[in-house]
Amino acid sequence: MDSLVQLVALSEFFPRGILPYLLGGLLVGGGVAFIYLATGIIAGASTFLESTLSYVSDVPRFNRFKYIQSRGWRLVFTAGIVSGAALYGLVLGPGTWTTEVQWWRLLGGGFLVGVGTRLGKGCTSGHGVCGTGSLSRTSLVNVVTFLAVAIGTAQFVQALGVTP
Amino acid sequence: MNTEERGPWFLSVIYVGGLIFGFGLAISGMARPEVVLDFLQFEDFGLLFVMGGAALVTGITFAVATRSLKRAPLTGDAYRRRLKGFDRNVIIGGTIFGGGWGVSGICPGAAYASVGIGNYPILWAIAGMFLGAYAQGYWRTARTSTSADAAATDN
Repeated sequence: MDSLVQLVALSEFFPRGILPYLLGGLLVGGGVAFIYLATGIIAGASTFLESTLSYVSDVPRFNRFKYIQSRGWRLVFTAGIVSGAALYGLVLGPGTWTTEVQWWRLLGGGFLVGVGTRLGKGCTSGHGVCGTGSLSRTSLVNVVTFLAVAIGTAQFVQALGVTP
Repeated sequence: MNTEERGPWFLSVIYVGGLIFGFGLAISGMARPEVVLDFLQFEDFGLLFVMGGAALVTGITFAVATRSLKRAPLTGDAYRRRLKGFDRNVIIGGTIFGGGWGVSGICPGAAYASVGIGNYPILWAIAGMFLGAYAQGYWRTARTSTSADAAATDN
């Protein structure tokens, strides 16, 4: 009976189960750990935005040594992420999938993500996974901040009747 | 060292690491903005296991490597943790990022993975991220050179 109650509680908070989430998380961490153990590099996803801009822009911020020096492998890292997700589609075969989120939310939200992750020195992978894994106070503060604001924003959007 | 000077294995390792990372993001559902929005709207708390599981793996790896391993084989670099200095930009940036994440349900790594699952509308989000990254770089460069000019005039 107790286990039944627990099961109901679990399915209410985790309607898709927890296995894909946990497995996915371990693999995300595993990808970072693999690169780290071989190279000592802690790879985040958002620096790619600025380092790639150095190919096409003269703005001095994008052409700093650490971006010029890393822009090549960051392109390869991103290509790996795209391929890995595509591999999931091919191997586990859920087929292609497209979002119902409106283009203006993607564009506008994306713009804020671009500004915020670079100003705040990292994103969900840099601060959220690698920074918290390093027990960095800076990262913990950043993660709590973006989580709280994102929850408030998403619930506000929902309250306005915008779906999904 | 340039990317090219690091030897043939370097880029292969980066690519395979990215592959595992992207596969994980896709299997976890994070490549779908709807799943992230479900978390932010308290309908599915699975995202906690993604971030928690990933942070657990990196946490153990960083702890073991910084204590017990000498230098990374492919680069000769020492193992370090990811520690960044704190300033108010960490809060301001986190707030702006949180607003964007809440509006769209998308963050950089998940957006790249979303391309891989054939979600072509995500290109709007990636275009937005590049525009945003460009805008902050442009503003910050302009501000720095203005304050440098002001400092020069002060002298």
